[in-house]
Amino acid sequence: MTLRFDKLGVVIAAIVAYAAFFASFATFRANRIVPGEARSIFEALPPTIGPLLLAIVVVAAIIALLKTPLVLRLAASVVALVALAILIGVAGTFLTPAGNTFARISPASGFWLLIFAFTLLLADVLTRLNLSPLARVGVLVIAALAIGLLLISGRWDSLSILKEYGNRADSFWAEGSKHVTLALGSLAAAVIVGLPLGILCHRVERLRAGVLNVLNIVQTIPSIALFGLLIAPLGWVAAHVPGAAALGIRGIGTAPAFVALFLYSLLPVVANTVVGLAGVPRAANDAARGMGMTDRQRLFGVEFPLAFPVILTGIRIVLVQNIGLATIAALIGGGGFGVFVFQGVGQTAMDLVLLGAVPTVALAFAAAIILDAVIEMTATKRRVETA
Amino acid sequence: MIEIEGITKRYDATTVVDDVSMVIEPRTVCVIVGTSGSGKTTLLRMINRLVEPTAGVIKLDGNDNRSLPGYELRRSIGYAIQGHGLFPHRTVAQNIATVPVLLGWDKDRIKARVDELMTLYQLDPQAYGPRYPHELSGGQQQRVGVARALAAEPNVLLMDEPFGALDPIIRTKAQEDLLAIQKRFGTTIILVTHDMEEAVHMGDKIAVMDAGKLVQYAKPEEILARPASAFVETLVGASEKPFRLLSLGRVRDAVEKGTAEGEAIPGDASQRDALAELLWSGRPALPVKGDDGKPLGRVTVDGLVKRAARPA
Amino acid sequence: MKAWLPSLLRLALVVLLIAFVTNPGWFEPLLKPLTENNAPAIYNQGSLLTLTLLHLRTVLIATVAATIVAVALAILVTRPAGAEFLPLSRSLVNIGQTFPPVAVLALAVPAVGFGEKPTLIALFLYGLLPIFENALTGLTTLPGNVMEAARGAGMTGWQRLIKVELPLSAPIILGGIRLSVVISLATATIGSTVAAKTLGEVIIAGLLSNNLAFVLQGGLIVAALAVLIYDGLSAIERYTARRMGQETGE
Repeated sequence: MTLRFDKLGVVIAAIVAYAAFFASFATFRANRIVPGEARSIFEALPPTIGPLLLAIVVVAAIIALLKTPLVLRLAASVVALVALAILIGVAGTFLTPAGNTFARISPASGFWLLIFAFTLLLADVLTRLNLSPLARVGVLVIAALAIGLLLISGRWDSLSILKEYGNRADSFWAEGSKHVTLALGSLAAAVIVGLPLGILCHRVERLRAGVLNVLNIVQTIPSIALFGLLIAPLGWVAAHVPGAAALGIRGIGTAPAFVALFLYSLLPVVANTVVGLAGVPRAANDAARGMGMTDRQRLFGVEFPLAFPVILTGIRIVLVQNIGLATIAALIGGGGFGVFVFQGVGQTAMDLVLLGAVPTVALAFAAAIILDAVIEMTATKRRVETA
Repeated sequence: MIEIEGITKRYDATTVVDDVSMVIEPRTVCVIVGTSGSGKTTLLRMINRLVEPTAGVIKLDGNDNRSLPGYELRRSIGYAIQGHGLFPHRTVAQNIATVPVLLGWDKDRIKARVDELMTLYQLDPQAYGPRYPHELSGGQQQRVGVARALAAEPNVLLMDEPFGALDPIIRTKAQEDLLAIQKRFGTTIILVTHDMEEAVHMGDKIAVMDAGKLVQYAKPEEILARPASAFVETLVGASEKPFRLLSLGRVRDAVEKGTAEGEAIPGDASQRDALAELLWSGRPALPVKGDDGKPLGRVTVDGLVKRAARPA
Repeated sequence: MKAWLPSLLRLALVVLLIAFVTNPGWFEPLLKPLTENNAPAIYNQGSLLTLTLLHLRTVLIATVAATIVAVALAILVTRPAGAEFLPLSRSLVNIGQTFPPVAVLALAVPAVGFGEKPTLIALFLYGLLPIFENALTGLTTLPGNVMEAARGAGMTGWQRLIKVELPLSAPIILGGIRLSVVISLATATIGSTVAAKTLGEVIIAGLLSNNLAFVLQGGLIVAALAVLIYDGLSAIERYTARRMGQETGE
């Protein structure tokens, strides 16, 4: 039997080799601010477990390196990722001196590289498996459940990022719900306003260029500036419009953040509605008119259903973008996960940055996968129907 | 001379071209006809090695076409395709100069050749040279596509449905132009088409392909008179046969002694056109004139009808 | 709208922008009403011109680096030797785009410390994605008969890439660069939260001291830069596309 190498496997094996043998697995710090000391896999884990982990990653890397069946590659990547996830918690407990509450253990570059390498392998396997949209969402749910289980089981409690969480458990969930409210609320508002505006732009050609240009320019204003610029008008509204303040409209805080996100969201929604409607085949429209549909029946019966996948793509762009941009709301007191990011940057406490950044990325990632699946399902359904 | 010897192309389990052998004489036009999926395009693309054969040899003037790297071979063979494939980012002149530039000709020689070809194709080099392909009409684009294929003075020109995207009137003109240029340069042309009309009109010899196999390779008269199989028969079209046969002959070859009334028909016109004119005008005979306008004699309905009968 | 009006507006914007960053003092009366308690109306902790140039420099370095790497990668995965990586690279781009710029910025700090470096890394990584995606689209959607003609004319793989594939995908690649630049211009302002010298400094100083004039001038300079660069690049894009007789996506 001749051994054949997988091209991506060579890259993965190289990363694994470097990460496992030359990079540090965990960082130990006496308290949360001081510089850390590097710990290799052998130093970070109990004597029996260190070699075990090393064996697992080396075997998994060899499976990746050679041309092997997809199922085997899938198993290798999942086993390696699960082992890494559990054992980084073990390293945390092992490295923390008994009774010491100041010591901080965090994953180091080697750990992250190993995670990266095996995620790459997993992503490659999943891409090659060409999963159906529902199956992709299924994989996402399984991954989320696994991470949730690990969090609840307390195996990661000895890690620095969870110690930061432990100190801020209440505000974490409060900021989290504010983050989601900001992102989803502004999206909902953008859809309510943007869809009719898009339809109007499609129908009235003179309006189209003007509206799209203005929205384009809004997009070029840097987010922090737009957030800041809205302080003044909203402050004025709060002070002069009766009842506005009672509704929670204030110069600083959530209101300007909400309005800014709403303004950013309008362009993708409006532009995609216009593009989607413009992409409706002329023949379908002619046929609809020929059968005596009114403008209104044509819009809801023909144009809108055909344009729907494109409009959904706009909504996906907005949602992922909003989840990211909502971090910036923290700069003007709007709350959200950005609070931890900017506090962490201010205190040079990177684990605090991670506490804000990781959930943001996770949310955006999950939103992208779910919406991609929905878009694909509506698009395939349409293809089947027209076939 | 192009010798195709036992050429086969397989993709996994499907055999696209199945053990085809044929010889194409120099300075002739060979038309490969077949339905879609018959392997005719694949056979063509194996000559300039855009597709590598699974088995068999193709020799150009006695040399195996694998004796050169593929790209060098292709620079020596003209290639024109349906929808012309002009480079949209290059001007007409730059498009025509593609292969000469690849071959490293000097500037003056390239310019002279481009001007020559453009003039030949009735495109003013001053006016059209600096334009981009999208600024031309469909017929002009097609002409530039053929001019580009001929730029490096190849001995062999491969054409894959070169007239497929043209409307009928421009198509007839393009076919005439190609035949005129073929005579002028003496290029060996191998042309792929699904249109039997075009094949009969253009080909010195016709190769009929079906399901990867070469079913018949013969002169047009032979194909019309003695189709080798039911498939060829269908392709020729039973009801069209006499007219196709007539379209092969020139009026000058059917001239009889005598005179007739009315407008004279040129001796170069096809016998089919002459018969059509006779039937339409309801006359029994037409006068025929030579290139110089002098009367040659006449053609009659009876004479033409005899020629349309199955050859012995 | 008259044909010359957009050009005139652009020219006016350029003149206004240059006047503002070189002589901000001239505009003080305009911005004064936005301040309270006699606070300064023009940023006084550094020169606006220097910050603008540094801002542009950061964006330029990141974009050039991102363009080179993204186009090289796109070329690699569209060659036969790299074709194995094509599906994976598509998924990675999809995943990569879900990372918010702020998160990339914040996560770069532990690796390289504060200052210009994390900003450059974030801009580079975030700029890669649109360019890579567009280059990939450009290189994989080339018209089939043109590529066939290029091969038939006897071009080698390298000649096809340089003479046909890259020029043909140029408008789409430029579109990616344009997107990337606009995102970078805005994201670079956030770089100031990790101590990079950009126009974000002005905006953040305004937010911290509740000085609306600062926020406005920082924001408007960045927005003007973005609009002008966006416009300029669109024009080049339209020019190259029109030469080929393609419709632009505008």
